[in-house]
Amino acid sequence: MEGGASVAIFWLLAALTVGAAVAVVMLPNIVHSALYLVLTFIGVAGIYILLEAEFLAAVQVLIYAGGVAVLLIFGVMLTRRGHIRQSNPFNSYHVAAGVVSLALFILVVLALGRSPWHAFPGPWPEDTVGAVAEAFLGPYVLPFEVAAVLLLVGIVGAILLAREEKGEK
Amino acid sequence: MITLSHYLALAGLLFVVGLFGALAKRNAVAVLMGIELMLNAVNINLVAFNRFMNPGEVTGQVFALFVIVVAAAEVAVGLAIVINLYRRRLATDVEEADWLKW
Repeated sequence: MEGGASVAIFWLLAALTVGAAVAVVMLPNIVHSALYLVLTFIGVAGIYILLEAEFLAAVQVLIYAGGVAVLLIFGVMLTRRGHIRQSNPFNSYHVAAGVVSLALFILVVLALGRSPWHAFPGPWPEDTVGAVAEAFLGPYVLPFEVAAVLLLVGIVGAILLAREEKGEK
Repeated sequence: MITLSHYLALAGLLFVVGLFGALAKRNAVAVLMGIELMLNAVNINLVAFNRFMNPGEVTGQVFALFVIVVAAAEVAVGLAIVINLYRRRLATDVEEADWLKW
């Protein structure tokens, strides 16, 4: 993608992503927050497509927008209590948290302005999916298998933690 | 022309919004959402550096995929902890999870 179209798409996607993220944090109804989180994930998937990482965009939509968001909505629905319109309040540290976040952002922007990136958008392989597959089953095969074990352990741990214990209640 | 710095600034903004959500929210599920936003911001960084600094290899994309895997496991275990907390305290406030506090 070259020229003005990709610039316009970048700014649109950036506005969508950041706007939805702000809505996730600011809205007082946590179900709305979860739905805006899906919008943020889809915006990030668009950014991946703009960065020519198509496989990652597909994974983003499948796992984040499909899996993680549904899990979070389940979590909201299983633990709902009180009025849903006031279900996502700020805690007593929100002013300090805002100051810390703002300071971090200013620091990041200053560091960005001072860093001379020698970027060279050189020849990008046509098919990154194949390259990702070869990387996973080549130099990264051990982390790949460990990630599989981690997912298994995570699932077993989640079931153990969420299961109702006998004799309780 | 959109450069690497644009993507890094976007990722930084997204990370900061997520950080604010993780620090300032009372509901544990909302804290998890903030953490997810931060992980997504980091993934944008990884892919952008991969695209602009080392386009011959896909190391950044592979790392981003590992981050996604770990994030999925983290959400599953985190929500199980939240449900357990709700069962014991009838609340999902992070301020209620203070058994280890003395």
